[in-house]
Amino acid sequence: MEKERHVLVIFPHPDDEAFSVSGTLALHREAGTPVTYLCLTLGEMGRNLGNPPFATRESLPKIRKKELIDAANAIGIQDLRMLGLRDKTIEFEDDEKLTSLFTDAINELNPSLIITFYPGYSVHPDHEATARAVVRAVERMEEKERPKLHCVAFSNNCIDELGQPDIVHDITAVEEKKVATFTAHRSQTEAMVIDWKEKFENQDADFLDWIRKERLWTYKF
Amino acid sequence: MKPIDRTEVQNAIDSFAGQDVYLHLETTNGAYATHVDEAFFSAGAYIRNAFIQYEHGKIVGDGPYRIGLKLNIGWVYAEGVNHFEMDEQGRLLLAGLDFSGKLAVSMQLSPTPFE
Repeated sequence: MEKERHVLVIFPHPDDEAFSVSGTLALHREAGTPVTYLCLTLGEMGRNLGNPPFATRESLPKIRKKELIDAANAIGIQDLRMLGLRDKTIEFEDDEKLTSLFTDAINELNPSLIITFYPGYSVHPDHEATARAVVRAVERMEEKERPKLHCVAFSNNCIDELGQPDIVHDITAVEEKKVATFTAHRSQTEAMVIDWKEKFENQDADFLDWIRKERLWTYKF
Repeated sequence: MKPIDRTEVQNAIDSFAGQDVYLHLETTNGAYATHVDEAFFSAGAYIRNAFIQYEHGKIVGDGPYRIGLKLNIGWVYAEGVNHFEMDEQGRLLLAGLDFSGKLAVSMQLSPTPFE
């Protein structure tokens, strides 16, 4: 993995970072690279409230805010910014407002790498709208000034259409931090992580590949 | 939230009748329903802070429950409701949680706007 000047990560929901690049970010932090995470919403519309429920529609944002802070700490992120938008409304926001939010962050931080979703291949409308706005912000820069743009894709057609990911990070060295990041998002991941200990003990090959390899595509303008 | 107590919920519905209240109403299959099953038709609706006043309301059924509010000029209803909470801000939070505990429907009434 190349040493970066500054990594800017932009996702709409607390826990998007856990699934996609928590290991990659932890590796950047261990290399001493500053990481700024712009998290657009507090996942107010999450469907998981615990089973039996320990959250309500109204308490969920407060719980997820705390979880997000814990997750950022688990990764070692030193600059977490919560932008106060609302879950499932990103695509209905003013496009220009979103773009300029990201342009401002790029101008302030001068990142050498931006990580977000791949527009067209990231399933959730908030992922798509976030990704489109990030691409617009980067596209407006002079080509030689642009930071690298690495994108997360997981739609059913992503391999067919984008080809194999050109970036694969082995994050085994920081897998404990990755597990801690998932665990931090308890309200959303509790049912999921329940058998992870067993999977690690059994050396479950599919699981280990999934958790240890983080796959990204370089955005093609 | 706890499983619905019909009497408690009916009393709460009655207590808001005839006064201005803010309504949150939401149905959802989750944003990944069609990703997980391409044959699934995903639909939902969401309204937050509708300002309403209802004449009366009822909780009906044996659980999951249906809840309807009769307005001067219309109706509000939700089905599949099985959990509730009267929170510390005096709001009635009603939810329908599916078999795995995921929220499928939410209907909430508050004397003050939701955040």
